[in-house]
Amino acid sequence: MSLRIVVTVKYVPDATGDRHFAEDLTVDRDDVDGLLSELDEYAVEQALQIADEADDAEITVLTVGPEDAKDALRKALSMGADKAIHVEDDDLHGTDAIGTSLVLAKAIEKAGYDLVISGMASTDGTMGVLPALVAERLGVPQVTLLSEVSVADGVVKGRRDGDTASEQLEASLPAVVSVTDQSGEARYPSFKGIMAAKKKPVQSWDLEDLEIEADEVGLDGSWTTVDSATERPARTAGTIVKDEGEGGKQLAEFLVGQKFI
Amino acid sequence: MAEVLVYVDHVDGAVRKPTLELLTLARRIGDPVAVALGAGAANTAATLAEHGAVKVLTDEAAEYADYLVVPKVDALQAAVEAVSAAGSLAAVLVPSSAEAKEIAARLALRIGSGVITDAVDVEADDKGPVATQSVFAASYSTKTRVSKGTPVITVKPNSAPVEAAPAAGTVEALSVTFSAQATGTKVTGRTPRESTGRPELTEAAIVVSGGRGVNGSENFSIIEALADSLGAAVGASRAAVDAGWYPHTNQVGQTGKSVSPQLYIANGISGAIQHRAGMQTSKTIVAVNKDAEAPIFDLVDYGVVGDLFEVVPQLTEEIKTRKG
Repeated sequence: MSLRIVVTVKYVPDATGDRHFAEDLTVDRDDVDGLLSELDEYAVEQALQIADEADDAEITVLTVGPEDAKDALRKALSMGADKAIHVEDDDLHGTDAIGTSLVLAKAIEKAGYDLVISGMASTDGTMGVLPALVAERLGVPQVTLLSEVSVADGVVKGRRDGDTASEQLEASLPAVVSVTDQSGEARYPSFKGIMAAKKKPVQSWDLEDLEIEADEVGLDGSWTTVDSATERPARTAGTIVKDEGEGGKQLAEFLVGQKFI
Repeated sequence: MAEVLVYVDHVDGAVRKPTLELLTLARRIGDPVAVALGAGAANTAATLAEHGAVKVLTDEAAEYADYLVVPKVDALQAAVEAVSAAGSLAAVLVPSSAEAKEIAARLALRIGSGVITDAVDVEADDKGPVATQSVFAASYSTKTRVSKGTPVITVKPNSAPVEAAPAAGTVEALSVTFSAQATGTKVTGRTPRESTGRPELTEAAIVVSGGRGVNGSENFSIIEALADSLGAAVGASRAAVDAGWYPHTNQVGQTGKSVSPQLYIANGISGAIQHRAGMQTSKTIVAVNKDAEAPIFDLVDYGVVGDLFEVVPQLTEEIKTRKG
């Protein structure tokens, strides 16, 4: 039987651009270029490698986001994923992590899956908790933050490098996996891949398709409220000296003045 | 007074510093009740009591070490239910380690509460605790509240001082019934990280980092020497880690650790957004770089334009001399 892999990806504002907040304190996605979150490329890459090892596998990339989010799907398809699902609905605007996990879980169930693969975090929200939330919702094992991952005989194994120890993990499929940027360099789409991606199917679902009520998501359905967002004042210009042979000593002098020595 | 649950991050009973910082924040909101799980949990009580825990709920079941994350979610949920039944629960505070964030998120979903991650401050307010977060590579600061359920908030290291505030710290056994999902992901092996004898990167008061300019793993010895003269942790930029010069566990930046020390010394690091995301909230920033145009100099309190192979050893010598 075919191994059904769903890769969740996010379309994020470019981190090298000028990111800010809109008036309703949601992330402004209009005034800044977006792209497939870099950390999700590692998830797509591992999905492709796992699919290569399996006799028969199919990779679906899934995203939740506005119209432009299709660009993220297109990139993943051009890397080699087979098909894509775009969940888009005006009522999703302002959805928090808990709400997003509901949408993802419903879409993953509707798509059908044996293995869900996600990146370690998005490069904009950076919470890093969605894979755990999706696993909780689906009621399947969470095998997250893997720097190494393999799948064989219905079992996923991997290495999780934590703060105090490196752990070897193992779980039966179906399962939710997330991979770190240590899991292996993501491939660049080939010209052939980019051309082929244009013909691959992209399905669009809205909240009704997923049987989710509008008040379960969006700003109103959010279980957290942002009261304010303040631009951090630019750091005041510091002292910069050119080393003329005494640079280390001058620096030591500064550290003494600041009572670090 | 309402109670605040504090999830204890410990290694075989040795409480890690961020948990003590959480106790400082918890005392602003209510009476801290600590939850310590796994081998050595009961040994955490004395330290926790010293820093304000009125109660320490413990369970030393083997499941916490043998399976990933979920048993700890089950335990924290049991603690939430026990405390809520006996009185009122104002919040659940959890350290912002990778694992603890996952625990916090799953707990929040289960108890129908909103979750806030990576707070750098938590204050009491009429409408419940308000968390400050630093977002978009620290270019913005947001104030966020949980609007549904009991606030679950994870807090980054170095967000509050450690304060002595002796309290009873009464140890109570926590009764936990594990869920069907608890044994889903088996931990089949565990290799503790080798201790370098230096402070943990995210917890250190001073961090000394090296980047592309260090130009080779063998040269990291001069970064380590400077770190040791200051009792600091050693960090590395993504460029240095990707080149294989220093372990990924020491990476500072978007995909590595986020640090907020009193003093950050960047050596041979240009200061790309990727790196800034992980260190921009440091109190004092110092840089040594050959390139006067490097973006890192926009952030610094003090910068030296020069060859790090000249400047850093001279600095290390000077520090050693002054410290005698």
